[in-house]
Amino acid sequence: MIRSAVVAMTGLAGLMVIVCGSGLAGVDATPISYKLPNETAAFKPGPNLEIVQNNCTACHSADYVQIQPRGPKFKRDFWQSEVTKMIKVYGAPINEADVGKIVDYLEQTY
Amino acid sequence: MIDRRSLIKHSGAAIAALSAGMTAPSLRAFAATAVLPFENGERPLVKYPQKRPMIVLTSRPPQLETPFSVFNANVITPNDAFFVRYHLADVPLNIDPNVFSVEIKGKVDKPMKLSLADIKKMPAVDIVAVNQCSGNSRGFFKPRVAGGQLGNGAMGNARWKGVPLKTILDMAGVQGGARQVTFNGLDRPVTDKTPDFIKALNIDHARDGEVMLAYSMNGTDLPVLNGFPLRLVVPGYYGTYWVKHLNEITVIDDVFDGFWMKTAYRIPDNDCNCVEPGTAPKATVPINRFKVRSFITNVADGATLKARTRSTLKGIAFDGGTGIKAVAVSIDGGNTWAQAKLGADLGKYSFREWQMPVRLAVGEYDLKVRATSKGGEVQPIEPLWNGAGYLRNVVETIRVKAA
Repeated sequence: MIRSAVVAMTGLAGLMVIVCGSGLAGVDATPISYKLPNETAAFKPGPNLEIVQNNCTACHSADYVQIQPRGPKFKRDFWQSEVTKMIKVYGAPINEADVGKIVDYLEQTY
Repeated sequence: MIDRRSLIKHSGAAIAALSAGMTAPSLRAFAATAVLPFENGERPLVKYPQKRPMIVLTSRPPQLETPFSVFNANVITPNDAFFVRYHLADVPLNIDPNVFSVEIKGKVDKPMKLSLADIKKMPAVDIVAVNQCSGNSRGFFKPRVAGGQLGNGAMGNARWKGVPLKTILDMAGVQGGARQVTFNGLDRPVTDKTPDFIKALNIDHARDGEVMLAYSMNGTDLPVLNGFPLRLVVPGYYGTYWVKHLNEITVIDDVFDGFWMKTAYRIPDNDCNCVEPGTAPKATVPINRFKVRSFITNVADGATLKARTRSTLKGIAFDGGTGIKAVAVSIDGGNTWAQAKLGADLGKYSFREWQMPVRLAVGEYDLKVRATSKGGEVQPIEPLWNGAGYLRNVVETIRVKAA
């Protein structure tokens, strides 16, 4: 087999083993089609829930919020900076009027 | 057995749904939960395409963590258990490999498009290499930091087969003055205002002969969620560079200034790549090679071992590409250390297994494991901190009882 003839090169080439063309290239090229399972998290009930759902879920699922750490460092300032990042860095089209409402919801709900 | 670090239990939600008389199809998609050992660490376990049930960090875009017991069962991480990390929600799930191609353009003499069949006809190489998410273990940071709150399962070790990037760059003829190569894949943002996920390597790194365009993982096609039909493999480097569904390679004569290089995935530019907790670094550089790490895989935190009986601790170690020189184990909280026996050497980028026989008297023990790389890097006893939650590599401690 071709493979065994080139294994001796392993030492020289570090871990790279030359495996010569198998002759099978391109034969098993079957198109793939998959669906992802349903999402497992939903935004918890809270003030302005609908505004949050309308603005946040286009780009990401609710677990992005759910998993964040809890505690005094993860209150209003934290959520304000996250929402600002979504707008400034990731280009989320959030109306200025909704920003405070979204931050209220996140602060009070998570 | 004692090999489960993340506790698995039945989901209250699923049981409640059953008792309410709901029919099976209306059950939630998951039947079990994993609990990662930090606050707010409860996660659903869900089966994704071509995957066994995985710890779901986020559903969309999908981020899936490997249950830790997998690392005890296999030095090569099975494809169906390999972690998944996307940044952008438009994930390509319908791909025809007969149509797929990768374009090589920019500062090259012969811009070209290569089909998958073209690439599979070229002389192939293979390599066993760890892929690890930059933020693996972020959930253990103290103080906590924002971001994906991962346990230790955003890593995996696989045998990758493909074509060296160097071969393809040489075919295209890199022009003088080239400084970096950028990589883009089929995954896209939902809005064109979101920066597309594009990464860059310096030209010398790109041409080192080890960076690879891989079409095979552990002897079979890449799973779709790991980048089918072609992904970049950057041995020794954090996973952020391992662009999935790779279809665009661009040679540039500048330093790439896209968001995912210039702003994201940066680490403090100092010797430890760390800062005082809660502070910001003065300067940063793009994240690069893995820090050396090691784990005990066959004993979970809080486990009880049989006293006065010989048992074997085992685990894995890896680093950013020099290879593992030694693994030391302590059963007394780090006061004394003994050298573990290393397992088979699958190459300097692979997980390296280790074993250590122990006999414990009745009592409580802090088991610790510390790896040293052939490059001389040693794991720190105390954790190093950075605001992004990257690079965690502290000496791990497992608390057990012997009874």
